[in-house]
Amino acid sequence: MKAVLRATWVIAYRDLLRFIQDRPRLFGSFAMPLLFLIIFGAGFNRIIGALAPGVDFIQFMYPGIIAMTVLMNSLMSGLSIVWDREFGFLREVLVAPLSRTGIVLGKVTGSSVIAIGQGLVMLALAPIIGVKIDFILVLKLIPLLLVISITLSGLGILMASRMRSQQGFQVLMQIIIMPLIFLSGVFFPVNNVPVWLEVVSKFNPLTYGVDAIRQVFLNGNMSAVAGVSGDSGYALGVTIFGHTMGIIEDALVMAVLGVILLSLAIWSFSKQE
Amino acid sequence: MDTGTNIIEIQDLTKKFGQLTAVDSVSFSVYKGEIFGFLGPNGAGKTTTINMLCTLLTPTSGRASVSGYDTSKQRRQVQRIIGLVFQDTTLDDYLTAEQNLLFHAYAYGVPKSVRETRLEQLLELVELSDRRKSKVNTYSGGMKRRLEIARGLLHHPQILFLDEPTLGLDPQTRHYVWEHIHALRQQEELTIFMTTHYMDEAENCDRIAIIDRGKIIALDTPDNLKDSLGGDIVILEAEDSQKTMLELKEKYNLSPQLQDETITFNVPHGETFLPQLIRSFQSKLVSISVHRPTLDDVFLKLTGHAIRDQEADAWTQFRRMMPH
Repeated sequence: MKAVLRATWVIAYRDLLRFIQDRPRLFGSFAMPLLFLIIFGAGFNRIIGALAPGVDFIQFMYPGIIAMTVLMNSLMSGLSIVWDREFGFLREVLVAPLSRTGIVLGKVTGSSVIAIGQGLVMLALAPIIGVKIDFILVLKLIPLLLVISITLSGLGILMASRMRSQQGFQVLMQIIIMPLIFLSGVFFPVNNVPVWLEVVSKFNPLTYGVDAIRQVFLNGNMSAVAGVSGDSGYALGVTIFGHTMGIIEDALVMAVLGVILLSLAIWSFSKQE
Repeated sequence: MDTGTNIIEIQDLTKKFGQLTAVDSVSFSVYKGEIFGFLGPNGAGKTTTINMLCTLLTPTSGRASVSGYDTSKQRRQVQRIIGLVFQDTTLDDYLTAEQNLLFHAYAYGVPKSVRETRLEQLLELVELSDRRKSKVNTYSGGMKRRLEIARGLLHHPQILFLDEPTLGLDPQTRHYVWEHIHALRQQEELTIFMTTHYMDEAENCDRIAIIDRGKIIALDTPDNLKDSLGGDIVILEAEDSQKTMLELKEKYNLSPQLQDETITFNVPHGETFLPQLIRSFQSKLVSISVHRPTLDDVFLKLTGHAIRDQEADAWTQFRRMMPH
């Protein structure tokens, strides 16, 4: 246990140190979420207008953009492993007397801290978009962002544990990121779509992350979701077998997926030669 | 050097990658405190052997122990007592030298009380103290190698593994790295296990194992290996090679070898033999030279091919294996 903790801290320490010194990445990971927010926001806002009483499209999308920022940064855990493998540093890590489980947990810790930090930085946009935030909201948000980032870091490491080249990983990441984002309910509610799309979306772990964050943000206005989903057809939330998911339930789904992905990641990473 | 104690013991060690046997039932020991050289062409199995010794690879069969710890069953213990300098750099380029060393100190649990002194002392040793706060991506190849040597020593290992420590360095830097290695052995009571395919470098070792196609074909001190060839090497060219060969065999009782018009043979004392030969030889000679045997000659004699030939060979094979 002590060995696992030591490895976790050493690896997380280095990843954070590295992050602070890597300015392009510091700004780069905001680029895509911001771009989506601006382009989709400007493009669709006039057409779509208000989705529910008091919630316009940008306000609907904004929580999803925060989830997306966390997603991008969490998957970086995987990229950093592939990067280290390609540039040799991974060998220094693998021959050190460090627990492999601890190494994976260190990568997760490092990327989660960064992801949560970046997610919270996105909150600075809230006043511009017309979303009210307060201290309680931030407190509610942090554990959610943590669950999302741990789950997706697990996914990133699982993908990276056997990848040899950065190019390969980038391709894989694009293939995975796009559907993860587009089918997560960031841009449209996943209940009012064709059945196949709905089914795929509900297997997407990010869907529950986006939904939970959205519920935190739209607290009052989610009433449109909670009860009347079936009738209004304007449900913004996620329903499974007619049951509308609450924040805690969303978080639990993410957490279960997280434990599975992380266990697979540790297993796969430990077995490599 | 303490010839009584073996710090590394290897028995029937084998590693297969699919059909390819990279290391083929290798057995040998390394004495405590010596500089042990692993000499062979690229692709002979040197790095694979080192990777098994440093716990990065699990042997297909056989066993290896370092300081009594089994390299596949007691990984953690082995990892603590070995230091490594790989062929390719394993530094984090975006961190400073100091940060790289600190990471290593944390990873190996170097006690806080000695961390700073050890860091200073090693940076001093490899003459990088003034570049301590510079990012590694501003370093030259030689500086990186020196930093890696310092890092490999940070946790007071008993054995330092150097995989081609001077590969890709210019002659001046190579010389410099070697000076460091010798200085280290004096100061740190280290055993050094190194691989190289530079014959002249192998001369720095106390003992050498020559490895070819996954098998050890000789193991001895450089001097003994060279003596085993039976004296100096004479190379001559003659107008009529066949006639000359015959004369050498019959008159001087030698066993010359003919390759591309040049005749090669060994004699115990080349410098006194040559004048005799020239005085009484019947066939017409074009050129003649004599030299002390080098490890190149040893390799050639043992394997029937020069170390460079095989490298080209290995490279062609590698190219053929690539998909395009």
